Amino acid sequence: MWKTRITALLILLLGVGVGFFVYKSELASRSLPANKVATGLARFPFRLGLDLSGGTHLVYHADVSKLAPSQVKDSMAALRDVIERRVNIFGISEPVVQVQDGGFSNAGEERLIVDLPGVTEISKAVAMIGQTPLLEFKVQNPNKDAPQKVTVGKDGKVSPITIPDPYISTDLTGRYLSKATLEFNQTTGEPVVSLQFDNTGAALFEKITRENIGKPVAIFLDGQPISIPTVNEVITGGKAQITGSFTPEEAKTLVGRLNSGALPVPISLISTQTIGPSLGAQATNAGVKAAIIGFLAIALFLIIWYRLPGIIAVVSLSIYVALMLALFKLIPVTLTAAGIAGFIISIGIAVDANVLIFERIKEELRSGRTVFESMKNGFSRAWFSIRDSNVSSMITALILFWFGTPLIQGFALTFLIGVLVSMISAISITRLFLYTLNIKKTTRLTNFLFGSGFSSAKAMPVHAEQQK
Amino acid sequence: MFVIKHKKTFVIISIILVIFAIGSISYFGLKLGIDFKGGSLSEVEYKTSRPDQATITKELAPLSLGEVIIQPTGTMGYSIKTRAVSETERAGILTALGSDATEKSFTSIGPSVGAELVRKSIISFILVVLGIIFFIAYTFRKVSKPVSSWKYGLIAIVTLIHDMMIPVGAFAMLSHTYGTEVDTLFVVAVLTILGLSVSDTIVVFDRIRENIRVGHFKTFEETVGKSLEQVYTRSIATSSTVIIVLLALVFFGPASTKVFAMMLTAGMFFGTYSSIFLASPLLVIVNNWQKGKK
Repeated sequence: MWKTRITALLILLLGVGVGFFVYKSELASRSLPANKVATGLARFPFRLGLDLSGGTHLVYHADVSKLAPSQVKDSMAALRDVIERRVNIFGISEPVVQVQDGGFSNAGEERLIVDLPGVTEISKAVAMIGQTPLLEFKVQNPNKDAPQKVTVGKDGKVSPITIPDPYISTDLTGRYLSKATLEFNQTTGEPVVSLQFDNTGAALFEKITRENIGKPVAIFLDGQPISIPTVNEVITGGKAQITGSFTPEEAKTLVGRLNSGALPVPISLISTQTIGPSLGAQATNAGVKAAIIGFLAIALFLIIWYRLPGIIAVVSLSIYVALMLALFKLIPVTLTAAGIAGFIISIGIAVDANVLIFERIKEELRSGRTVFESMKNGFSRAWFSIRDSNVSSMITALILFWFGTPLIQGFALTFLIGVLVSMISAISITRLFLYTLNIKKTTRLTNFLFGSGFSSAKAMPVHAEQQK
Repeated sequence: MFVIKHKKTFVIISIILVIFAIGSISYFGLKLGIDFKGGSLSEVEYKTSRPDQATITKELAPLSLGEVIIQPTGTMGYSIKTRAVSETERAGILTALGSDATEKSFTSIGPSVGAELVRKSIISFILVVLGIIFFIAYTFRKVSKPVSSWKYGLIAIVTLIHDMMIPVGAFAMLSHTYGTEVDTLFVVAVLTILGLSVSDTIVVFDRIRENIRVGHFKTFEETVGKSLEQVYTRSIATSSTVIIVLLALVFFGPASTKVFAMMLTAGMFFGTYSSIFLASPLLVIVNNWQKGKK
């Protein structure tokens, strides 16, 4: 008996611990400044879907018609990488870029899905994603050091001076780059980035190098200089090398960036969705409110209707809720309005299992068994009903998950996890707690405590029941 | 035994309900939302004053967006529905609405995405129904007397159609009054109702199966009747708990899931109703037919 009680106590403590984790990690991640990297408990916030956090959901159609079927997968992965890099420039937390395979379910279309939480200016986002990153070759501005006239006005103000750009653009851009590769200098072992231009690019490069011997030529990516080599001689054949004091890692990244200059697959925007932050916050608050009210209403119902087992069910339901919230944080599950609905419904279903068990126990009591026996039979007999009645919900949840749109997946996932966890918690936690009570004798009190609604669980003679 | 005694009455009530539902669906029709048709929807809100609809229609006319549906939302907002628009067109709409308007949400769905969703919905629906039929056939595989297991499955499916048609019929009526459209959540609601409705029916059938095995009762009719008496409190209790949380969602939950929760509430209610007042009487009726043939 003591063993059961200690286990029950441990489970209770564990439940409290899990609840504490959910609470603490929420506090930690909420108080975290936006630009700081999360550490410790703050690493586990609730991940909110775009409809709750506000943000933009973009779906691109990728045109793979010109690719060989064997290349599609690699190209899509490359595309994903390029877009992810571009998206990361926004500096938003947790953007999601994913490829949706052109399987049976979406008519063979290859898609790219971009989720930008917190971004509501879609035009800007779309422009940045769609834009080819600019690789430019610039030469020194001859007027860089030209003197400027400054006048002082009567009011003592100095007329503004413009600092000229040190570099000016040339016609040579990433458009003419056919590929970049990483090499190593044979003698020094230094990493070297080799560029290969196409024919037009080669001609342009030859012209630039001829005009700038002994001067620097700057290579700009998205307006930022990434390398400023000095030209030693005229280069023909369209081959250039960028040497510099970079580590092999840096060189590799550079090669990746240069090669990403052009998208491997052309894309076009087919769907957009934006939800303003205020609307998202409203939905979140309403979802939380509904969850709390739903939970309290059920707790009230359980205690009034099922008395002692009801109280135990409320305890195990609380543990269930804490477990679910912790799972949402740890897995992590992206919560959407539909997802919260799925979770709330799963609370109702979690109670179902308890109800099935309690009704069964009551029935066993009525047929004259002791409390202990009734509990034992109640659990074992109710299990099949619980399992069978939940399987159909799980079938639905699995198929809905396959359905694939984020909205539906949000619902399917919380619902599925909810049904699974509820079966475990109803069976094991509630049982453990009921056994812990260690009720051996059947008295009027136990009959009242295990009764439900308007009837007590008093044993009824079998023939009386049949006469009805 | 009340339900079994009046089994024909209850079956007729269900038939009438389903006929009403079908009538409502065919009369009011189900309007497909932009999720399925493709198109765009923007929700805007004005800060200081809301211009009237005619002004907005006039402002939007030069953009040649085709048919534009403008509906007032709340006291300061409008929802504007058009065909799927490009980014530049969207910006054009916003400019036309004036600087006083802020965009609360915007959705644009290309026709290909919509068509895909329609196909996926149909496939999911078929998969769920097949999955449930196989599951019931499997669960009741050992029950063959006096009613064979596939008949339990068949009756569960009939009940399923009943449970699904009624909320959909109610939805059609609601959509006529409130202009709600069939969207992805509608599909989720229907599929979830399928799952939940069957689980209730299974609890009842499960008890009948157990009582057949125990063999306390003389006739099949009595077995079903007594089984119902044993389970109806719990059936009502289990669905009440789910309905309690669903009502919390309807009244306090996010606006986007209100209709969804309402549909599920109706589905849950009729799911429980049908497992007691439709599935079980049908089981007895099927059994009586069998006997009549012999």
